[in-house]
Amino acid sequence: MSKELEFLSHSVARGKLSRRDFLGRAAALGVSAAFANTLLSDAARAEGPVKGGMLKAGLQGGESSNVLDPALNLSQVNFSFGKCWGELLVELKPDGGLENRIAEEIGSSPDAKTWTMKIRKGIQFHDGKEVAPADVMATLERHADEKSKSAALGILQGIDTMKVDGDAVVVTLKDANADFPYLMADYHLVIQPNGGKDNPNAGISAGPYKVTVNEPGVRYGGEKFANYWQGDKLGHADQVEIVVINDPTARTAALQGGQVNMINRVEPKIVDLIKRVPGVTIQTVSGRGFYPFNMFCDTAPFDNNDLRMALKLAMDRDEMLDKILRGYGEVGNDMPVNKAYPLFSDDIEQRKFDPEKAAEFYKKSGHSGSILLRTSDVAFPGAVDAAQLYQQSCAKAGIKIEIKREPGDGYWSEVWNKQPFSLSYWGGRATQDQMYSTAYISSADWNDTRWKRPEFDKMVIAARGELDEAKRKKMYRDMGLMMRDEGGLLVPFFNQYIDASGKGVQGWVNNPAQEMCGGYALAMCWLEA
Amino acid sequence: MLDLKRIPLGAWLGLVLTGLFLICAIFAPWIAPHGNGEIVGDVWEPMSAAHLLGTDNLGRDLLSRMIYGARITILIAVLATALSFSLGAILGFTAAAVGGWFDTLVSRFVDLLMSIPTLIFGLVVLSVLPTNTLTLILVMGILDSTRVYRLSRAVAVDINVMDFVEAAKLRGEGMRWIIFREILPNALSPLVAELGVRFIFAVLFLSALSFLGLGVQPPDSDWGGMVKENKDGIVFGIPAALIPAAAIAVLAISVNLVADWVLNRTTDLKGGRGNG
Amino acid sequence: MSFPILKLIAQRIALGIVLLFAVSILIFVGTQILPGDVAQSILGQAATPQALANLREQLGLNDPAYIRYFRWLGGVLTGDLGTALTSGQDIASSIWPRLENTLFLAGCAAVVAVPLAIILGLLAVRYRNGPIDKIISAFALASTSFPEFFIGYLLVYFFAVKWQVFPAISTVFDGMPFLQRLQAVVLPATALTLVVLAHMMRMTRAAILNVMQSAYIETAELKGLRPFDIIRKHAFPNAVAPVVNVVMLNLAYLVVGVVVIEVIFVYPGMGQYLVDHVAKRDVPVVQAVGLIFAAVYIVLNIIADIAAILANPRLRHPK
Repeated sequence: MSKELEFLSHSVARGKLSRRDFLGRAAALGVSAAFANTLLSDAARAEGPVKGGMLKAGLQGGESSNVLDPALNLSQVNFSFGKCWGELLVELKPDGGLENRIAEEIGSSPDAKTWTMKIRKGIQFHDGKEVAPADVMATLERHADEKSKSAALGILQGIDTMKVDGDAVVVTLKDANADFPYLMADYHLVIQPNGGKDNPNAGISAGPYKVTVNEPGVRYGGEKFANYWQGDKLGHADQVEIVVINDPTARTAALQGGQVNMINRVEPKIVDLIKRVPGVTIQTVSGRGFYPFNMFCDTAPFDNNDLRMALKLAMDRDEMLDKILRGYGEVGNDMPVNKAYPLFSDDIEQRKFDPEKAAEFYKKSGHSGSILLRTSDVAFPGAVDAAQLYQQSCAKAGIKIEIKREPGDGYWSEVWNKQPFSLSYWGGRATQDQMYSTAYISSADWNDTRWKRPEFDKMVIAARGELDEAKRKKMYRDMGLMMRDEGGLLVPFFNQYIDASGKGVQGWVNNPAQEMCGGYALAMCWLEA
Repeated sequence: MLDLKRIPLGAWLGLVLTGLFLICAIFAPWIAPHGNGEIVGDVWEPMSAAHLLGTDNLGRDLLSRMIYGARITILIAVLATALSFSLGAILGFTAAAVGGWFDTLVSRFVDLLMSIPTLIFGLVVLSVLPTNTLTLILVMGILDSTRVYRLSRAVAVDINVMDFVEAAKLRGEGMRWIIFREILPNALSPLVAELGVRFIFAVLFLSALSFLGLGVQPPDSDWGGMVKENKDGIVFGIPAALIPAAAIAVLAISVNLVADWVLNRTTDLKGGRGNG
Repeated sequence: MSFPILKLIAQRIALGIVLLFAVSILIFVGTQILPGDVAQSILGQAATPQALANLREQLGLNDPAYIRYFRWLGGVLTGDLGTALTSGQDIASSIWPRLENTLFLAGCAAVVAVPLAIILGLLAVRYRNGPIDKIISAFALASTSFPEFFIGYLLVYFFAVKWQVFPAISTVFDGMPFLQRLQAVVLPATALTLVVLAHMMRMTRAAILNVMQSAYIETAELKGLRPFDIIRKHAFPNAVAPVVNVVMLNLAYLVVGVVVIEVIFVYPGMGQYLVDHVAKRDVPVVQAVGLIFAAVYIVLNIIADIAAILANPRLRHPK
């Protein structure tokens, strides 16, 4: 390749030469347009982020009834916008580890019961005040308030006492928890001045963008916060905007038409089609979300482990993955965790579709007649179809499944966690402990498989307090195996997050924790010049 | 009374196509090459000899789905229209013939119902009631009957003051006689013309409801619902989304052609795409 | 203008007000019948019993219905539509920009659709039963027959994705330059125009044709006036009443019936606002939007009635 071309491509990246001129000169030098384009994007990457301009995302998951209060944020738009203006104590890195943000350092007592979070100095809120330990404590207090409606209430219930100690916040837990720092990465726990007790909807924190537009269900906008504590590391565009586009077709069209630079939730069905559009890049990342079939372990006929095993073996996971997710996911292994979690052992044997063995177990269970499976459109995208596929694969093992399609309204209050065999979804949690504690210990409100084993509860608590990583990993392996072979959980697959970025978008780094680069897509991407 | 040779070409086309749709609807299970919910291939396969119209968003045979869809679409639209006409026309005629407080009461109540937008009304009601075919038909039929009521009352008021009705009243005929023997036969032609238009609006209304997720329950689906199922493919030009929409249009046009032909034989000005 | 006509108009307006009150009762009762728990709908799958109980208490849903009705009515009459249960925001101030948006889109569509429909209708009458009439009729028939969401998606496919001349999404906001705003609503306004055009056109044609059978038109023809002058000067003025009626119906449709178009083009209007809140059982918002829609319909109907009275000498001087 000629030196001249290389020089020219860097000139483009630095903005000294227009793209059109470059392509013209490249053509004059006898280089194909495709190759010249590759050259350009390489140069753009090497040149580092391009500053300025405006970056727009078109996202699903926003309603006109939404508010800015991070405690009440549940949908994708608020999640992504929260990452633009909000700042957390710690954040999940793409490799599953933790990155310190407002917390400069987090340390614990040897029993993992007392945690000291040293608060970084010199971080400014958007209103000019400096972030103080008292603000951090007030934030945790607000979310842990029994009267609060915070979605983070559950994960803060383990806190016994809190106090400010100099430049640190010291938290004492009721029980040992080695994963406490991971809890602080929960996206609701945005640090606000005085914890947001004065005005939770003010949209003031210490993130890379200041809130300039807040039109719920329509659009959100932010402008670069000049005093952002990480300086140039995040927030390359001068302005960011999120447009709420709940209709998937409109979302795709907006990306194709160039009205937005990135979109979330690309339907698996159209991935292959949208791939062919010039300039569009599909971004997929295996996440922690999964779509379970839940059986109540304490309710007949599912209280019989032979029947549960038969039902697990009668699931044709590959076909399911192919038809429902078009391959954009990984087959599940009847555990609520996968390799996206830290401390996961990936040497556990994968369960496969085996109609003969399933028939054997079914015979052994002594059950006869049909089994009622409840499903609904809202359980997960394609849940009704998934139930129909499962019905067919079960038939091959001689098991008769009867499907009942429930209305979406009231599915979560009347069917899920109330009926003994139903479809559902879990978005995954930051750690294995959180996942198991949320839904698979005897006392959990959301124990949607009625998995009540005192010995399992003990394992969860022991692992939670174990600071030795190797030992902990082994404990989680044992727990996973137990769930896989005895639990009431049937996991056909874990889904991938499928986003798409448009022409010229650079700097995209997938994060298995969540869609849209863990919510940071707008803050970490830039448009090549 | 019909001279076959004098039926214009447009009306012929309409009659033939409407007939074809009806045959599909009635004999769906015998005509369709595959089952309604049966998965026979990959997602969105192009048209081929095996699947004449290709496959849909789940790999089901589109032709078969279209044929079953005709059955559901037409069934619901016909029943809803029948309901709205019997309800609206009988109430309208009675109001015109009886007059007085009954007329005022019913008319004002209809005004009341009409002042709330049809789609919004349907949206609220259907998001609350269990969605099944019966509720759909009832909601659509009752909402639409307000428009039919207005038309039939207006027509009947004119007829009611005609000499032959006066004569019948003087003869001492009962209300039932007046309505069914005097008014109905004379109001029939505008009503028949209106019927075609109303039927089409029922089909379109059903498809709008399906589009908003409140229509027919899968695996059954009306054509509007099928467009919705496959709508992700529209911006890529996938035929599975275009064919059901085209079918709605063809059905609408063919019924309209028939209605127009009837309309041309009478003169009528009422009706509309709901009040919105 | 004479006295009886003012009386007639006053009667219509009074009737409209009474109707509006009746509608307010109907809407209120209707929303009370809605089953489902507001608190549960707000919190969704993430609801813990604790949070649920707190929210329910905070929202104060325990007063008797008639007290809430009069409180609500009192608020409405003083311009206070209450606060949304879900977001705690003042409904009046969040509805206002959306109502503006809705009216803007409806206005854009109407400015194109109404004159176009009337001109096409006049043309069809002038050249009745000729090829122009047939073509106009066929076009009108086709455009009514496609579901509106299909028209919307087709427009998106061609104008936004393929040729990229107009934006696929019509997000508009405060402070947006007028021209840009206009460009944003081109596609939804076109879709709406196609939806309402045919109905108005057919009505104009039919109404004028109806008048054309009158004796005085024949007289005019015998006088040797040009066909277009006959239509313009003699037939059209007498066909105004039914035309105004159907125009008003369609204007109402443009304001209140555009939910589907709003969803497709992501247009921040009233319909989308309503749908979001129906799903969350946000009763005050549903009531407020329902009432506004009903008011729009009733007002347009009154205008149509008054226009009909003014245009019709027989109604102007009732026996």
